[in-house]
Amino acid sequence: MTQRLIIIGAGMATGRALEHLLDAGADYDVTLFNAEPRGNYNRIMLSPVLSGEKTYAEIETHTAEWYEENGITCRFGEKIASIDRAAKTVTAENGDVLSYDKLLFGTGSNPFMIPLPGHDLEGVIAYRDLEDTERMMGLGPDNKCVVIGGGLLGLEAAAGMAARGVDVTVIHIMGHLMERQLDEAAGYLLRKALVDKGITVKCSANSKEILGENGKVRALLLDDGTELPCDLLVMAVGIRPNTKLAQDAGVAVGKGIHVDDQMCTSDADILAVGECVEHDGAIFGLVAPLYDQAKVVAKTLMGDEAQFVQKELSTKLKVTGCDLFSAGDFAEGEGREDIVFRDPARGVYRRLVLEDNVVVGAVMYGDTADSNWFFGLIREKTDVSDMRETLIFGPAFQGGGASDPLSAVAALPRDAEICGCNGISKGEIEDAIAAGSGDLAAIKASTKASASCGTCTGLVEQVLAVTLGDDFVIPAAASICGCTDMTHEDVRRMIKSQKLTSMPAVWQECGWKTSCGCHVCRPALNFYLLADWPLEYQDDPQSRFINERKHANIQKDGTFSVVPRMWGGITTPDELRAIADAADKFEVPTVKVTGGQRIDLLGVKGEDLPAIWDDLNKAGMVSGHAYSKGLRTVKTCVGTDHCRFGTQDSTGLGIKLEKILWGSWTPHKLKLGVSGCPRNCAEATCKDIGIVCVDSGYQISIGGAAGMDVRETVLLCQVPTEEEVVDVIKAVTQSYRENAKYLDRIYKWMDKVGLEWIQETVEDLDTRAALVERFDLSQTIYRKDPWAQHVAKAETYQPLADLTLEAAE
Amino acid sequence: MNEQPANWVDIAALEDVPKRGARLIKTAHGCVAVFRTGADEVYALDNACPHKQGPLADGIVHDKSVTCPLHNWVISLETGEVQGADEGQVATYPAKVVDGRITLDTAFLVRRAVA
Ligand SMILES: Cc1cc2nc3c(=O)[nH]c(=O)nc-3n(C[C@H](O)[C@H](O)[C@H](O)COP(=O)(O)OP(=O)(O)OC[C@H]3O[C@@H](n4cnc5c(N)ncnc54)[C@H](O)[C@@H]3O)c2cc1C
Ligand code: SF4
Ligand code: FES
Repeated sequence: MTQRLIIIGAGMATGRALEHLLDAGADYDVTLFNAEPRGNYNRIMLSPVLSGEKTYAEIETHTAEWYEENGITCRFGEKIASIDRAAKTVTAENGDVLSYDKLLFGTGSNPFMIPLPGHDLEGVIAYRDLEDTERMMGLGPDNKCVVIGGGLLGLEAAAGMAARGVDVTVIHIMGHLMERQLDEAAGYLLRKALVDKGITVKCSANSKEILGENGKVRALLLDDGTELPCDLLVMAVGIRPNTKLAQDAGVAVGKGIHVDDQMCTSDADILAVGECVEHDGAIFGLVAPLYDQAKVVAKTLMGDEAQFVQKELSTKLKVTGCDLFSAGDFAEGEGREDIVFRDPARGVYRRLVLEDNVVVGAVMYGDTADSNWFFGLIREKTDVSDMRETLIFGPAFQGGGASDPLSAVAALPRDAEICGCNGISKGEIEDAIAAGSGDLAAIKASTKASASCGTCTGLVEQVLAVTLGDDFVIPAAASICGCTDMTHEDVRRMIKSQKLTSMPAVWQECGWKTSCGCHVCRPALNFYLLADWPLEYQDDPQSRFINERKHANIQKDGTFSVVPRMWGGITTPDELRAIADAADKFEVPTVKVTGGQRIDLLGVKGEDLPAIWDDLNKAGMVSGHAYSKGLRTVKTCVGTDHCRFGTQDSTGLGIKLEKILWGSWTPHKLKLGVSGCPRNCAEATCKDIGIVCVDSGYQISIGGAAGMDVRETVLLCQVPTEEEVVDVIKAVTQSYRENAKYLDRIYKWMDKVGLEWIQETVEDLDTRAALVERFDLSQTIYRKDPWAQHVAKAETYQPLADLTLEAAE
Repeated sequence: MNEQPANWVDIAALEDVPKRGARLIKTAHGCVAVFRTGADEVYALDNACPHKQGPLADGIVHDKSVTCPLHNWVISLETGEVQGADEGQVATYPAKVVDGRITLDTAFLVRRAVA
């Protein structure tokens, strides 16, 4: 006997359920109610409709004819008002009473509206249905719109309207966009892409009130007093399952309508699917699980066995030009590990979260081509231990011996980018090889690949090897030391891409052959980790050379030398007296003025170090770091204070720079010089960084040396103000820290990456600002006076035991 | 030389020497360096490199070796022998960890003083 099925809601879930029912040849007399005045359409395609890439007709999934042909009674634009479960009837808004044998809920969700003052003004809308979309489509280039909510929906709304020329501002309460799917880095890339589309993005912004005029929205007022004028305000801050009708009918409801694995509610004749349900504690906001539910509910209605199982979910942002994919779970937790890969030059970002060698979450920005493969790994719970090292690079790198870099390169498509600086693809290099470029130098000359920063040199050589076969032998790059076959550059890349934040992690992931490294690699690794992860990494004193461990220079007889800082080479009679007193008290045999304008106390006994530091600290002096791979001195001339030629305050600038840079660790020692005019009395042009003041500003030059190699600096740039000098120098120093090989002075690094590349880096204001920010961050953590810290540990400088008596017995 | 009875003396807690580090012990005949490896073994050696008497306690400890801070000779903590192409040997002394305490056989120190 034909049974009566009443469906409440013509949404994506019930639409799919109907199709399954019809396919199965169900014998139901179906009546479909829908509050919206239309039948099923693909709600997720509203965004392309909004941006003008699609029309409504294209996203309609079930037409009037379709319902007609399948004998479904449609009551569109009509809501069900109430349900009488005892009588098994529903009452429509107009009072009609219909009886049912089975009832199916598919009422979806209600958008959540923040109850801000003014939220009920005309012109405050959500983003949920065609009506909302049409409201937004009604705006044009003279209109302003504010979107509250920097999640998927809010951003799609914003991008859609921006595509129509509307002046859009997105307000997001969190520090970065889509914070549930993305971390800050990916959020930053996304924000940049949206800003490029002309959208204004305000993060960490708290809305206070919606201001109106004649009952219509006029502006949004923020906590900080900012007023953002708007003609329309879209709230896209979340959804709540639409459960009121079910609740009123006495069906069990929690966050959503409770359903079992068969999609039955607490009433056996009432079923529910879609966003309105709660299954096993979870509610749903994406279509993939709803479609699974639709299949199950159709089977249940047919009397067949089926079971709904929750699966991992993925999301993609449907904004043209913002490739973003996110799947699985990102919560940090015990036993969870991250693998992160960033390619700032291409704007590519990938992050995987692993737990017990299984990928549990993935975010991809900029290049989502491999997202399905990663999603597969998540859903299948594939054990990825064998491909961990190359996992982040995607499926192309997995075939044939995971660790053979050549097969990985061979598998790269022709359009894969090899040289990020110059945008050279694998194909272009292959073509150049075919045209006769047979070695690295020729490739550099013909394509510019690896001609900039040089970090892709290894890859270019591998393309050569793959293409030329035996005709090309990759020059063996020198490894760091005997503990590994990897070069400094390889290891630095691994540390960054795999987010290795401890030395054991590096040993492990890079296959160190020794248990704990050696005196060559450990100081280098310690520096790389410190430079790349200032927040996460803990400095390891036992991986520092004795000079840095004991904060004094070791001399040939095992005694030490002590150099207090004299900012910019300026001292006072009081400081000189304190130095003289310390020299007397600790019987310092030699007091010498150094080449960097500081005073060196030579021949101090190791166990006296804390005591002499304590005395010098008390006189207001701190360590001069004369022993460190870090900022040593800023040498100055007298400049405008006394000199008749001086054009700028070179001494003042030198002091300022030293106060900003002191205590910073660098790949090798770092010395600066500031001269007040081109007479260059401070010999600034043979320092790592030299500043020569001129009438119109400051010439900053880098790459000087006066040690084993004698080199003159080359001009990096000229800037008009001291502020810019400071920023440029911070940026160069940070770039040097992030990129150079340990124990390469600036000039060696410059020879490798090229002056032009460094120039581009510091001249691009965004890059400069980012470098400055990272420099400052690191300084907040690592700039400490080691003397003051070590005075507290003075006992560790003393002998552990005195056995002089024992032995004499 | 005849066997002499050992004379184990408690020196300090293992924790007083940093992992992959060393501390000095003063004796009447110069300093002895007590090393602790990453795997918590302890070794005692004369604190003077066979090359130019570099203070070994100030070197970098890796595996069961230490690299002299002055010119990077690498010395085995187990045998005192110089590794690699260089030649030479440092005197070593019996040392062990008992209940988290470092103990040294001072009988050996005395013997060295006599020798
Ligand atoms: C703009 C936008 C973009 C989206 N993009 C994506 C995406 O990219 N990927 C993704 O997976 N998901 C996306 N979603 C979410 C996805 O659209 C929803 O998860 C899905 O549509 C929910 O289906 P549903 O059938 O449960 O509810 P709905 O499709 O919302 O259908 C519920 C229907 O029930 C009707 N109704 C409610 N109460 C009553 C009543 N008492 N009587 C009669 N009818 C009633 C409503 O009018 C509505 O038409 C997007 C959503 C929006 C709004
Ligand atoms: S560099 Fe110029 S300003 Fe400085 S001391 Fe020499 S002459 Fe004077
Ligand atoms: S003194 Fe030890 S290596 Fe020279």
